[in-house]
This record gives sequence, C-alpha cells and structure tokens, in this order.
Amino acid sequence: MINIYEVTETNNMIEKENLDVRTITLGISLLDCMDADLGRLQEKIYTKIYEAAKDLVKTGEEISKEFGVPIVNKRISVTPIALVGSAACRRVEDYVALAKTLDQVAREVGVNFIGGYSALVSKGMTPAEELLIRSIPLALSVTERVCSSVNLGSTKTGINMDAVRLMGKVIKEAAEYTRENDSLGCAKLVVFCNAPDDNPFMAGAFHGVTEADKVIHVGVSGPGVVKTALEKVRGESFEVLCETIKKTAFKVTRVGQLVAKEASKMLHVPFGIVDLSLAPTPAIGDSVADILCEMGLEYAGAPGTTAALALLNDQVKKGGVMASSYVGGLSGAFIPVSEDQGMIDAVRAGALTLEKLEAMTCVCSVGLDMIAIPGDTKATTIAGIIADEMAIGMVNQKTTAVRIIPVIGKGVGETVEFGGLLGYAPVMPVNPFSCDAFVNRGGRIPAPIHSFKN
Amino acid sequence: MKKTIITVVGKDTVGIIARVCTYLADNGINILDISQTIVQDYFNMMMIVDTNCTEKSFGDMADDLSSLGEEIGVVIKCQKEEIFDMMHRI
Repeated sequence: MINIYEVTETNNMIEKENLDVRTITLGISLLDCMDADLGRLQEKIYTKIYEAAKDLVKTGEEISKEFGVPIVNKRISVTPIALVGSAACRRVEDYVALAKTLDQVAREVGVNFIGGYSALVSKGMTPAEELLIRSIPLALSVTERVCSSVNLGSTKTGINMDAVRLMGKVIKEAAEYTRENDSLGCAKLVVFCNAPDDNPFMAGAFHGVTEADKVIHVGVSGPGVVKTALEKVRGESFEVLCETIKKTAFKVTRVGQLVAKEASKMLHVPFGIVDLSLAPTPAIGDSVADILCEMGLEYAGAPGTTAALALLNDQVKKGGVMASSYVGGLSGAFIPVSEDQGMIDAVRAGALTLEKLEAMTCVCSVGLDMIAIPGDTKATTIAGIIADEMAIGMVNQKTTAVRIIPVIGKGVGETVEFGGLLGYAPVMPVNPFSCDAFVNRGGRIPAPIHSFKN
Repeated sequence: MKKTIITVVGKDTVGIIARVCTYLADNGINILDISQTIVQDYFNMMMIVDTNCTEKSFGDMADDLSSLGEEIGVVIKCQKEEIFDMMHRI
C-alpha cells in the first residue's frame, strides 16, 4: 500500500515544486466541415467544435480536483484551416472570418487558446495556403485566442524557401498590426520544420490530417521537480545526474498518463499521446534554465550549456517513454526566453545570445522560442533566422521552430511585457549583416541525402 | 474498491484525528489505514479510506473536509489513490 512518504513526495512536487499538467488539448478534425459556402462553413465549424468541446473545461477541472493536481490549460487544436477553408475562401478577409469563428467558439467553451490557424507548406504552397499565410497578421490582430503555425520544411521534403521569405514578411506585419500591445500577435505565431501532427502545446498545436476525428493529447511539465531532485545530487557524477533526471521524468509523466486516460474516459474521446515536455513558466522555481544552473553552470548560455541541455533532453525522453503508453508531440525540454525567469536573467547578464540559443536548439525539443528582437529588424533577416533554424531541423531529423517577436518601437535592452504565461523579455540584439541576396533567391532547398531511406 | 487518500498537514492541536474521523464515520467512509508523524511541531497525517459506501460525491467530500480543515486550522486534502499508485508503482 502507498505510504506516507510517497504521498508527501507527490504532494510536495505539486505544492512546492510546481508540478502540473500543463495542458489537456482536444484535437478536432474539421475535414468534414468543408464547404464551398463561407457562411455554411463557419456554422459547421462552430457547431462541431462546440459540441465536441463543451465539457472540456469542466472535465479538466473535475480531474484536477480528484487527483489534487493542477491542470493549467484546456485547449483545442483543429485541422489546419488552410485546408478547411480552401474551397470557401477567396480573399484574405474570408480566412479572417474563419479565425473569428474559431475565436468565438473558443471563448464560448472557455478554452484559453485554439490552435490550427495553420498551413503545411513544407514543399509548396497552394493558392489557398498562401492566402491563409497572408491573412495571419490581420487574423491575429482581430482575435484573442487563435494561434497560428506554418510548417515550412521537413527532412523528407527540404525547405520551402519561398514560404520562408514570405513568413519573414508576415512576422513583421503581425508585429506591426499588434504594435499597441508590444507586437503580441507574433507570440501566437510559430513556424516549424518537421511539425508533429499531435502536438498539444501552443502556439504550434494543430490537429494533423493523420489523426482520428477527435483525440485527447496531454502535455505535462515540471522543471521545478527536476531542479529540486538535482539539488540532492550536487557534485555527483554524470551517471547519478542522468539517473536522477530519468527517475523524476518518469514520475512526472505518469501523472500525465493518468490524467490523459481519465480525460479520455470522461469525454469519450480516444487518448492520443502524452507530450513529456519540460515547459517553463515565468513563475519562480518553474525554470528550465535553473536546471542547467543546478547542473553546474553559472548562467544558461555559459560554455557547457548545449551539452547540459542535450543530456537533460535525452534523459527526460528516456524516463518518460516508459511512463506512458503513447508518447508524442514535441517531448523534451523547451527553452523559451520570455517564459523562463532563468533565461531572462541569463540574457540580462549577457550570458545568453541569439547565436547560443540557436546552438541549443540543435539538442532541445523545439527551437528559438519567445525571443524579442528589435522592431527594426528587416523581414529578410527574420527569414534568414528562420532558414537557419529550419536547416537544423531538416538535417537533424527533429522538430525545430521559430517564434520571435520583432517588437515595433523597441530596441536592444528594452523590456517587453506579454503578460500571463507568455511572460516578459529583454529585447535581444540580432546579427546586423545582410542575407538579402540569399533569402531572395526563391525556390526550395532540396531534402538532405540521409532522408532517402526507402 | 475506490480508495481515497486524505492528508492532513498543519500545526498540531488537540482532537485533529477525532474531528476528521467523526466526519468520516458520519458519512459512511471506512478508514483502511492511518499513519501519522510530527515533524517540528507540524502534524502530518495520511489516511487511506474506502469511499464505496458513502453517498457523498467526491467533490462534496473534498469540499467538506477542506472547510473542516479551515475550522481546525490545518490543511486537509483528498485525492484519489491512483495518482500515487501511478507515480510510485510500476
């Protein structure tokens, strides 16, 4: 039988070390809503999402009460809207109307974000997909809860450089459209290489076309739990360090597995995957950077950081894989800047640069995340940053992403406030040299040689 | 059997166990196991209870015990056993 020490350990993780289930995300396919008439399409989308998700928030709260573990977010992901709207949308405004429908139904069912205002264009863009991409800045400025993502490349297809160049402009525009709010629109927009179909985390969640009609994905977190566990093994060898992370990741993921199974049962929706990510929040003690420091670095960004992060990411996966029957999504360690107090401190201290962050994305679970850059950064420079990140993902056969915010009207050293879970960030300097001629070539970068495995 | 873990944490005082047990008895909740320690004057108790025969819903029981805790000046939490089983047993 369970003993008092085990109970105390679990409850300390929850109460003192910020163990939580970061999100229950309900994936909903909208493929059966497709219609050539925009009005009918909007109605079908609204009805399908509402019917599927009306009990989501209530169920999340019930589960949270039963097990005494916080479930921070309840969210929805839908089929990429570029596909769903392809027959009905002729103008930018038509897609924006769909974004408003998504926003409205998200508010109605009480979820804080809805993901899937997306296009998958890793090899080429259809006219509908291009139209959706061009509508993103307006859509994000007139909605509150809609999140947008674009997949620009993959190991199998190479990188769509036309789309990369376009996204450089779209990110700048999204920043302009929301300049009153510190360019907040860009915090809800992410570009991917090798985007997974079953990611429960925002801003990049969408319901892939390979998924069932509805599915529950759960994202667990708990950087604080890992950090506390590591405090007890200071000075020990790498073997002990790795074992400790693995065991802790196992325990954290088990909670996710339990919540996912329970939510699946209560909502009568199949369980998809657990995403075993260490996702930080701006709360003190909920930081991935602090784990790196606990391993022995003065600040995140110091020499050794990439190795420490590689080790962390790998051990989280190794511990988590056995704890869940299905693991998927992004799974690993997230390294957003604005959402992690330790990362913010590292930037302020001058320890962490954009270039070091790029190196870190080679070994972490995602990519350049929630990084504020000067508002006058050129669109082509942003496209260049994206291209670099996509190349890392393509060659290393992993998911990489870019979510950067060119904060209009702000320069290096100033601070941006996004609020809530999105946190705040110091504006970081960007390499000032031009990549215009490279980015403007057009076309696509072919898939790497090691992708031909057939 | 549906098992629930009740934990009570707070400053030690007279009658904590009595008050909690009275509530459980009144509501047909059977106690299967109790363990208790006192660390630096802090009372720390865990009970494993069987909630099969109670008419209370889980949510009501949790709310009742939480307010009872406030009256006594301790924190009382109810959690289904599965969370601990999942985390500590393979």
